[in-house]
Amino acid sequence: MNPKIPIEMIVNGNRVQAEIEPRRHLVDFLREDLGLKGPHLGCEQGACGACTVRVNGQIVRGCLYLAVQANGKVVDTVEGLTAQGALTELQDAFMRRNAMQCGFCSSGMLLAAAELIEQQPQATRAEVREWISGNYCRCTGYHSIVDAIMDILEAQREQTE
Amino acid sequence: MKAAAFDYIKAQSVPEVLALMSEHGDDARLMAGGQTLLATLNMRLSEPQLLIDITELTELKGIEIIGEHLWVGALVTHTEIENAALVKKYAPILCAAAPHIAHRAIRNLGTWGGSLVYGDPAAEWPACSIAVNATMVVRGLQGERRILASDFFVDLYTTALAPDEILMGTEIPLANAKQVFSFQELARRHGDYAVAGLAAVAKKTGQVFSDCHFVFFSVATTPVAAVQAQSLVNDQAVNAELIAAAVAAARAEIETMEDITNSAAAKSHLVGVLLERALKKMLAE
Repeated sequence: MNPKIPIEMIVNGNRVQAEIEPRRHLVDFLREDLGLKGPHLGCEQGACGACTVRVNGQIVRGCLYLAVQANGKVVDTVEGLTAQGALTELQDAFMRRNAMQCGFCSSGMLLAAAELIEQQPQATRAEVREWISGNYCRCTGYHSIVDAIMDILEAQREQTE
Repeated sequence: MKAAAFDYIKAQSVPEVLALMSEHGDDARLMAGGQTLLATLNMRLSEPQLLIDITELTELKGIEIIGEHLWVGALVTHTEIENAALVKKYAPILCAAAPHIAHRAIRNLGTWGGSLVYGDPAAEWPACSIAVNATMVVRGLQGERRILASDFFVDLYTTALAPDEILMGTEIPLANAKQVFSFQELARRHGDYAVAGLAAVAKKTGQVFSDCHFVFFSVATTPVAAVQAQSLVNDQAVNAELIAAAVAAARAEIETMEDITNSAAAKSHLVGVLLERALKKMLAE
């Protein structure tokens, strides 16, 4: 019962091979086996969003995704996306708007925000608020986070006008 | 919050899945998006020996027109439905409902079929599938059969699917230009399970509605259609008086169930609130 399963995936641009227990969550594999502490563990039920990572270009809950499911897939965490420069403008906006305090929710917030900006570039403030309902913040009260995201959306919209 | 140990297999075909289900019975669980299943396993509410990952089954995928129907495969994700031009055109209430399901990261993996076969009373898709007159196509070792959505949801977390069957997808009659709809969901926070919800669909000619479906969710153990309210409204010119009568009828006929958010009486009140909002919106279209 429960033999380890060999898997291979791309994590932050690097090929990774491992043999893992099927029950191991992707977020635990990333944090414990690969030392990528960017994604965090909060509720492990899919509600808080702290574990949010990107698989094959879309955000998923790392706690509701098995590492074995990532076999053959491309996984990005906040570390990799930062190194690529994919989050720079958003991160700058977060800093300007004071959208972080303890930082626990931040990696999840950044990944969720990045997908919003890509998928719904016309989002209104109300739509931004709804979108980030999947990421809990216990510190900021959210307004500064929404401000930061709106800054990016508005700058983008101004550019394309 | 870590699951108990289990084995995992990624199935390559429907016959393989059916054979595995037959071999392992209750010891195995099918996994599609896993957004409900993995949360359940994390809390150790369930401890299957084997997870059968069905996400490779191409027969369960796809959104396409087949004859007079819109086919939505069981493995189609909530996000795919939200973005699909074909769904926007031929079953628009699904596009309206999709953003209410949980949160984006969950919608990227969670599936149409997974929600339908789980039969959560607070889920959006079961009520919507009834409102659009969907037919579920299921397959087992005995072969394939079709079950009307209105016959599919039997009890709390219980559908008409037999233990050896898998949902392949649904056939949805194509909406025509006369279709009007309203999807209403009340929740304490965006993405929470619904406190009460309504999937309302009708055909509208002038002020007259026909072929009405008013299907409520999160008020009972299964989605429930307000049959008498539907008959009252069918083939009548809709005005304030008729709306009030329909609201009263829906409140009287639906046996609501209390839950952690509201009493049965409060749920009955909300049934009326949602129906009134839906009828007014559909009238204004």
